[in-house]
Amino acid sequence: MTALVLLALAAAPAPVRVGSKAFTESVVVGELATQVLGSRGIRAEHVRGLGGTRVVWNALLRGDVDVYPEYTGTLVEEIFSGRVRTGALGPALAAMGIELGPALGFEDGYALGARDDVAERLGLRRISDLRAHPELRLGFSNEFLDRGDGWRALRRAYGLPQKDVRGLDHELAYRGVRSGAIDVVDLYSTDPEIQAEHLRVLEDDLHHFPEYRAVLLVRADLEARAPGARAALELLRDRIDGPAMIAMNASARLQRVPEPQVAAGFLRARLEGWSAPAEGAAQPGRARRIATRLGEHLTLVAIALVLSLAVAIPLGVLAARRQRLGQAVLAAVGVIQTVPSLALLVLMIPLLGIGTRPAIAALFLYGLLPIVRNTHAGLVGIAPDLRESADALGLPSGFRLWRVELPLASPSILAGVKTSAVIAVGTATLGALVGAGGFGQPILTGIRLADTGLLLEGALPAAALALGVEAAFEGLERLVVPRGLRLSPERPG
Amino acid sequence: MSLPSTSAGPAVGARDEAVLRLRDVTRTFGTQTAVRGVSLEVPRGRATVLLGESGSGKSTLLRLMAALIAPDSGEILFEGTLLTPERGPALRRRMGFGLQSGGLFPHLTAAENVTLLARALGRPAAWQSRRLEELVDLVRLAPELLGRWPLQLSGGQRQRVSLMRALMLEPAVLLLDEPLGALDPVTRGELQHELARVFRAVGTTVVLVTHDLQEAAMLGDRVALIRGGELVQVGPLAEIAACPSDAWVARFLAGWRGGAPG
Repeated sequence: MTALVLLALAAAPAPVRVGSKAFTESVVVGELATQVLGSRGIRAEHVRGLGGTRVVWNALLRGDVDVYPEYTGTLVEEIFSGRVRTGALGPALAAMGIELGPALGFEDGYALGARDDVAERLGLRRISDLRAHPELRLGFSNEFLDRGDGWRALRRAYGLPQKDVRGLDHELAYRGVRSGAIDVVDLYSTDPEIQAEHLRVLEDDLHHFPEYRAVLLVRADLEARAPGARAALELLRDRIDGPAMIAMNASARLQRVPEPQVAAGFLRARLEGWSAPAEGAAQPGRARRIATRLGEHLTLVAIALVLSLAVAIPLGVLAARRQRLGQAVLAAVGVIQTVPSLALLVLMIPLLGIGTRPAIAALFLYGLLPIVRNTHAGLVGIAPDLRESADALGLPSGFRLWRVELPLASPSILAGVKTSAVIAVGTATLGALVGAGGFGQPILTGIRLADTGLLLEGALPAAALALGVEAAFEGLERLVVPRGLRLSPERPG
Repeated sequence: MSLPSTSAGPAVGARDEAVLRLRDVTRTFGTQTAVRGVSLEVPRGRATVLLGESGSGKSTLLRLMAALIAPDSGEILFEGTLLTPERGPALRRRMGFGLQSGGLFPHLTAAENVTLLARALGRPAAWQSRRLEELVDLVRLAPELLGRWPLQLSGGQRQRVSLMRALMLEPAVLLLDEPLGALDPVTRGELQHELARVFRAVGTTVVLVTHDLQEAAMLGDRVALIRGGELVQVGPLAEIAACPSDAWVARFLAGWRGGAPG
């Protein structure tokens, strides 16, 4: 069976998979790469909006994606933790089977921006100019305050005197600028808000910030699998300058043009001889989109829940039978629960790649605790006289478990399964971070684009689904819990 | 069945007379000695009542006989076989045990409770239903109650079902722990007569625990008086009353008027 599937997979060449991270610029560039490949007749699909550098990078290493846009600064700082210099990235990547592909022509590094009117009044052009104005109010993203190359290093390098420094969300910082509460913010040099909010980018005259040149990372074995792919990607080399990227970010983020359209528009305008493959595929309607997401979401939850059940109930039985072991089991599944979901997802990627598998594995692990705990509690909580009654009959132990103990514990076990299911419906929205689809996809995109409508298109059905699952379990109780136990709620078990 | 060497000794012929034989049995819980040095024989075909005040250790003694707990010292033979924790489950299938609460499983109907062990042991369905009919007649339970769940039954009905369950596989001994203890006085009096009738009809060996003198008088062929975990005196109640072994026994039996209830 497995062999057949593998054979079938080998026969039809897998499409080239382009990855992107969960922010607009990455998605737009990923879309550009996908369309450029498509224009050369190479089947390509875009695994868009993966949850962070580690997720996409690991997916690239595993071969779950073949191409993704990255920044040289991120490679130096995050991937190689400063052990490799920008100039030596090519060989370092090659050693890992990754090619440092075409540079795209723009940089998206950290920069400081000052309000236009303030900059004009004080004559601010370079970061050094800030030295003379200790009264300026600075508002930085929390990440910028924490990073090694962030605020602290910058202050040292330039000898900056400002005392009024606040950490806040990137979006909120822009809002602060608009309201006049903040004079200087950190920004990414291609943020469309630079124009929209009338900010002046200050020149990094001491070259403090590392270089964040945008490049495509390509798996070295791609050309062998998809001849011509590498050449197609070359079309993007040095084609996207800073203003072009800012314009694309602006239309995606500020005008809410879908990224595929933004990318297609750019290619039509900027790439000579560009013939767009008939872009007929209209965006499916809202109902259709929700139905698709619902299918993906339910698949994740259902598979994970079945796996959780298969493992957690025996574990719960074991925990109830052997007290010492039981404590250890309960502690272990409890610890899993404390691992943050994104961390758990990222941990899964080296083992399971991206897509539905790491999401199911994470949901499965999170689903264990409520079921194990309630199975254990249900069994341990059987009334002493019933326990003695079963002892006194001398029932064979397997029969006793199936016909007496599990039925008596069934209300508790079912409650645990219900908890697991509801948690899974909620947690599955994070599956979108690793490309598993589901209602998390519109939520994630909605957050990225600050598009409340899109966000609700994911959040509302997910909430409704959680309620639906809850209601379904009420019905299931009638099937699973023996009638004799449901007769008088005031005297359970 | 061969006996371990430790239990070799007294009269082999006694196997036929005594269903249960306790030799110097002691059991403590923590620092509390619940049963101390009890030696007792439970004769076949008779009803033995373990009589004593609450906390005297009589229920512990019954659980020792059912191998639900193991003695710290001493030994208990059931039909000549030494009771051990390993043999417990198998040997218990030949004992019928009844709890004060009835101990019926709430998720099973009355009939399912009665036939549970028979099903576990794979007895034929036809045999089961025949036996169920016999037992319904014996304990005088309305047959339509068999389809009900325990929570739909009265206390007295539950005790009847519990008795049916204990009798289902024709046990060698019936061990009953205060079977009427949780019932109201009217039902209790009614069921005392019922139990006495059932014991006579079945002719099985019975060990019954109670603190109620009248109940002991009505149901027991023999009475074993227990005090502070020790066996004080054994015999027909009339004999004990005639020559009490000490002042406590005399006082304990003072309320009894030679079998006349009241």
